Order: sequence, then structure tokens, then C-alpha cells
Amino acid sequence: MTGEAPTAVIGTEGMAELIRVLAARGRTVIGPTVRDGAIVLDELTDGDELPYGRGVELEAGHYRVRPRADGAAFAHSAGPQSWKTYLHPQRERQWNADRGSDGAWVVTEDDTPPPSYAFLGVRPCDLRAIAVQDRVLAGGPHSDNRYRARRERTFLVAVECTEPGATCFCTSMGAGPAVDGGYDLALTEVVDGGGHRFWARAGSDEGASVLAELPHLPADASLATVAHEKVSAAADRMGRTMPEVDLQALMRETLHADRWNDVAARCLTCGNCTMACPTCFCTSAEDVTDLTGDHAERWRRWESCFDLEFSHLPGGPVRASGRSRYRQWATHKLGTWYDQFDSSGCVGCGRCIVWCPVGIDLTEEAHALNAERAAGGPPGEGAA
Amino acid sequence: MTAARPDLVPVPYRVAARTARTPDTADLVLDPVADALPPFAPGQFAMVYAFGVGDIPLSLSAQDGHRLTHTIRAVGAVSRALHGLWPGTTVGVRGPFGIGWEPPAVEGTDLLVVAGGLGLAPLRPLVRAVLAARPRYGRVAVLIGTRTPGDLLCTQDIEDWRAAGARVEVTVDRPDNAWQGDVGVVTDLLDRAEFAPRNAAAFLCGPEVMMRATARELVRRGLAPDRIQLSLERTMHCGTGHCGHCQLGPLLLCRDGPVVSWSHAEPLLLVREL
Amino acid sequence: MTADRPDFFGALPPAHRDRLRTLAREVSFPAELRIFDEGGPADRFWVIRSGTVALDVYEPGRGAAVVETLGDGELLGWSWLFEPYHWHLGARTRAPVTAYEFDAEQVRGAIDADPAFGLAVTRCVAAVAIGRRLRAARLRLLDLYGAPGREPWTGAAGAAP
Repeated sequence: MTGEAPTAVIGTEGMAELIRVLAARGRTVIGPTVRDGAIVLDELTDGDELPYGRGVELEAGHYRVRPRADGAAFAHSAGPQSWKTYLHPQRERQWNADRGSDGAWVVTEDDTPPPSYAFLGVRPCDLRAIAVQDRVLAGGPHSDNRYRARRERTFLVAVECTEPGATCFCTSMGAGPAVDGGYDLALTEVVDGGGHRFWARAGSDEGASVLAELPHLPADASLATVAHEKVSAAADRMGRTMPEVDLQALMRETLHADRWNDVAARCLTCGNCTMACPTCFCTSAEDVTDLTGDHAERWRRWESCFDLEFSHLPGGPVRASGRSRYRQWATHKLGTWYDQFDSSGCVGCGRCIVWCPVGIDLTEEAHALNAERAAGGPPGEGAA
Repeated sequence: MTAARPDLVPVPYRVAARTARTPDTADLVLDPVADALPPFAPGQFAMVYAFGVGDIPLSLSAQDGHRLTHTIRAVGAVSRALHGLWPGTTVGVRGPFGIGWEPPAVEGTDLLVVAGGLGLAPLRPLVRAVLAARPRYGRVAVLIGTRTPGDLLCTQDIEDWRAAGARVEVTVDRPDNAWQGDVGVVTDLLDRAEFAPRNAAAFLCGPEVMMRATARELVRRGLAPDRIQLSLERTMHCGTGHCGHCQLGPLLLCRDGPVVSWSHAEPLLLVREL
Repeated sequence: MTADRPDFFGALPPAHRDRLRTLAREVSFPAELRIFDEGGPADRFWVIRSGTVALDVYEPGRGAAVVETLGDGELLGWSWLFEPYHWHLGARTRAPVTAYEFDAEQVRGAIDADPAFGLAVTRCVAAVAIGRRLRAARLRLLDLYGAPGREPWTGAAGAAP
């Protein structure tokens, strides 16, 4: 984008128009909406599908949608899904192979045209999560070209966070509650005596041209200040924190901690945290054939490191114990992700805490590991 | 349609020959049906696909032009399918993937190649490359440990390597009636290999227990840990660093391995179930 | 005194035994505790008073294979006596264990300072721990309880290694 980033004030009608404008540009608009007692992501066709007047009540293993008197649309934090559902789908065909009568076969890469998405309401933590998955799936020596194609066609409307949940800790992970680039449009929702307004900024040329098509409310110089203040205040209202230490070193230095036994006694190894996590990217290859046996397909589906089969070798799994599988997940997320992809794998969205059926809290585990390390580590192990 | 990518989509190869090596192990010789993959460096691996069954990571045990040879032990669904293929059938191959063996740059370095069981296969291209440039190196020793004399791979190679100027020693865990050679573990053969610890490099492949014991013994004898390389095995589904299965702590073995130096590997291999 | 009796202290001449005992401290471990891991520094050793310790080897994908168990009176650990003083195996308690624990550096110091004591202790470790266990391990390699007619037997009576 060239020149100063255009800004504008839009109202709820402007928000509805935003959905129409993006759809008119051929995009599938995905955003939050209330369904089945949760604020989920789904295709939007109209502004009234947004969760106006709905917030969420979050705790470890607890999620409830609650009415809000102020009518805000984005006063909720992370729900059960994340944007990876669309960018890195649960199941995807990679290629087909067809065998001829001579036994030879040909492979064709799946060439379904990638969808053109517009994501409406990407919270800063999730914006960071998308950037993290970009590095994993499209930033290495081999690039996942289907992911890349979807990603490059996606229009991102970020909405800053003014209402953090009890399980949020994006401030600790440096991922929010303010946006820091990487969007086409950024919005901050303000509901006060001045009305229900969104302070909008363009972050790309397409963002600027979309913004230009929307009905603007009268310019209001004070709105930007109010928006900044609300976002800054949100930073101080995070329900959770991570220990203020080098988490990569903490994970590296506590591989033998007793705390892993403690958490393993509670963990069901169900893998919910990995499914809810917006950065967890692991997949398994799945090969299928049709009844004739002459048509084969390669699918890729989400996989969890909590699955016993995940680390399978001919003799059996490398990570046979629940302890080692939880440790793999946590140390990867907070520690070895830096070694592998030059960033944390955690963005502080809190989904793993909320959607854990037994309420295991990653931040509590990190604090406990830090305390155990400070106390001198476990007896017996390593020292003997 | 985007151009086919040999890292994501398998390239058809035809089985040109199949040679049984041991009761459960066979060499498959593969020729490209049309397009060939880029050349593999010794120690790099391919993902080899059996039609409709799946693919597994396999090191190359030989490469002659575009012709690839893989040594396959039938232990899982895919390896059993590949092991049972006959000449004329088609398989899919992706690659090359990973980081292979890195022979020392310094001329005159003594080389120790230590193989346990099937671990000899990924070391074969290295031994061949080294012996093809024999004058560049000091003494070259290939030490092989195997379960029984019948499990010994590449008996012809052993003669060829000796003729090409390598010291080759073999020891078995369980001898048969005819075996007149050594009986014992492969680390015992280190006494037989002549090398200057300060000017030597070692390449290990085999079960981790064997590689750990060998690496420690080499360090005890004065080799620097970063001059010992070992090839590690973990589950791999993609080969491209995207599936997450092959993690060993900070390493993605398909990208950062499979060949890793002992100085990197030791602290990781000491953590059980990492 | 016979070297094949497991009692480590019993294999030491009384004067040296009393000397070694002055260096001991009594410890107890709960069941299922890892006492040491392969590759770790062998800076201590133990003589087991009660309970059982399993020595194991870890191979990814196969888990930990127990290669031997040690019980009452037996020496746990000899890697402390020889460089590079790193454990070759892992050790884990099965039942709760009580033991005499020794500081390896202290005992090595005493061995260096007093050659007669040193010879007695070294002989004792060599005979009781290394010698007996090596003979046992070699016999186990033969898989004596396996079906007859298999390698490594040569077929000639008494020709087993």
C-alpha cells in the first residue's frame, strides 16, 4: 500500500455493507455468529448474523454465551474454532492416482480452485496465529502450495480486542490485544454515548478500496483516542499470564520435571487442545482406494500429538506415556517451536484452557514448571 | 493446474529388479517411468509410495544415474507391500529430502563407518562415494554388526570395498555353524580399526542403543562429538516439514536430519520418549 | 567367602568392609523411581539392603527393556569406578528400596589413598558385579530355555562358548 493508511469511522450499517461489498467481490465471507450455544465461525451473508449483544464467559473447561447490554458484536474472545479450519482444513485431498490396465499409473495433483475468503473479525491473537502457520506451512524449504494459494487469496479484517476473557493471555505472548500489521482492514469497536461505531484503518490497497466503498459516519478525531484507550485497558485485564521468563529455556530445562507426572495424571490425552489451538498444524497422510482398486487418493487430515499412533515406529510408539505426549505438546508450543520456526507456537488465545474437558491450564502448568525449576528441580532424575 | 511438485506428488518409478537380501529384506531397483527426481546426496531419503497403501521414508542404498536402489525390510503395511513388489510394477517416489552425510572437508581424515543391522543400507552410498575418492581420505574402516551371518546385507560390497582400500570388519550376535568370523557387539570392532582420534570422522547408522554406545565409545577414544554423525529414525508422513510427526525436541528430522551430529543428538537421545 | 554370592559387603575382607561402611549413608527410594539414566554422571553407587531395582535400556519405539534386576545385598552401579564415569544403563526401583549410598568421588579418593583398600574394593566390584553378571549375561545369550536345534549351538556337545 502506498501513502498514508486511510482511516474512517463506520457504523453497524457500514459493517453490514462491508459483508456485502466483500461478497460482491467474489469472496466467501467468514465471521463469528451464534450457533448451538457458542460463537462459532461460519459463512456470513448479512450484518445481523454477527453476534451483536453477545459476550462469552470463559474458564478452564467452561464456556457460556452471555447477553450483553451494550450490543457489541466483538466483545467476545476465542471460540471453539479458529481460522485454520478454513486455511488448513481438517481433511484435504492432495492428489489422485489412476492405474491403467498395464499396471502403470498416473498421478494428478488436486487442482480444485482455491476459495477466496474474507475473514471478518480476526482477533489479534488469531492474526498472529495465521502468521505462525504461514511460517510453518509456507515458509520452509518446501511450501504447501495449496495452503499458500488459499492464504494469498484471503482478505483479513482484524478486530482489536477490548474485552479479553478470563482465559486470555495474549499480552504475555506479545500477540495482542492491539493489531500490529498483517491485515487488510483493522477495526476497533466502540460503543459509548457517541453511538455504536467502528474505527477502521486500511492495511492494504484492497483494504483501502473496500473501505472507500463503505458508508462512513462523520469523522470523529476523538474516536481513535478512545479506541486506543480501550485496547490499552484490555491489555491490563488479561485473565491469565505466562511466567515472565524465557519460555523456550524453561521448557528445555524442565524436561524431567515432576510436574509432567502431575499434569499427566489429569490429562485424558483426548487432543482437544490441539484441535482448538489456532497454530497446531500436525497432519497424517491417509491413503484410500476405490472398490476397483485402480483409483487411489492421498488425503491429509489433522492429527494430534496426543494420539498414540502419532509417534509410531515399527516397534511401537516413541511417546507411549501420556506424560510424554502432554510434554511434547507443551514444550513444542512454548519452546521448540522457536528452534523450528523462529517464534513461539502459542499466541495466548486461551482456547486450550477453555476446551480442555478436565480444565488443564497451560499457563498454570508453565508457572508450576517455573516454580519447580526455581526450587532446584526434581530429585533423582538426571542428577544421579 | 500447478506444475507437479516432486516434494508433494509422487513421481512414478518402475521396479527394474528385486533382490532378496535376507528372509525379510529385499533390494528394490527403481527406474523412472518418465521424469526423474533430482539427484540424492548420500544419507538423504525418499518417500516411497506403494499404490493405494501409503508411503514411507527410505534412504537410498544406491544411486546409479537416475536408477535408485532401496533396501526394504518388511515390518509395516507399506514396507510389506513394497517388499513384495515384483519387477514391472510401478511405485511413486518423492524427494530428495533431508540432510545427508557430510564427509570431512579436510584431506587425509580417517573415516569410520559403523553400521548395525539394516543401518548398513543408508551408509552404502557414503562408502561408495568415499571409496570413489579414496586418495582424499586417510584410513577408511567399515565396521558392521549384524544379528546372524544370514542377516548380513551386501556381501559382494564387502569384497568390493576391501578391494577398493577399505578395512571391513564384520561381527555377529548369533553365529551359525559355518561362521568363522567375530562374535560380539560392533563396538568391539573399534579396537580393530586404525584411526587418529584427533583426525577422524565417524558415521553411524543402526538401532539407537547401538549408536549411543558407539558414539560414547568414540568420544572416550578422543573423537570430537561434532565429528560423529548418526542417522536417526522417526515416523514421517510428509518429508517436507509440515506434518509434525518426525519431531525430536527442537529438530524436525525430515528437515534438520535424518543425519545429525552426536553433539546435537546426545542430549536429545538421553531424554526418554522425547 | 565366594565371589558368586550376591552379597557385596560379604565379599570384602572385614577390615575393608568396615572402612567402606563408614563412607555409607542410608537412603530409601519409593517404588517406581528412576534412580539414574543412561548417560548420566555416575557420581554415586549403592548397596541394596531391601527391595528390587531393575536395570534397563531404552530404545525409541520399543520402550525400556529390563536387562537385569538387582536385590538384597547387591551392588547397584559400577560405572563410577571407571572412566568416563557415566551410566551405561538406566535404573528404576520396582518395590520400595532401602540402600547404603556412597559418594563415588569420596570412595575413589579412598581407593587412591590406600592401595590395599583400593585393591580389595576393585576386586570385589570386578568379581561380584562385573564377573558374575558377565557370565550370567553370556549364558542368557544362549537362550537355553528356547527350542532345541537352534543357533548358536554348533551341535557338538560342550562346544558352547
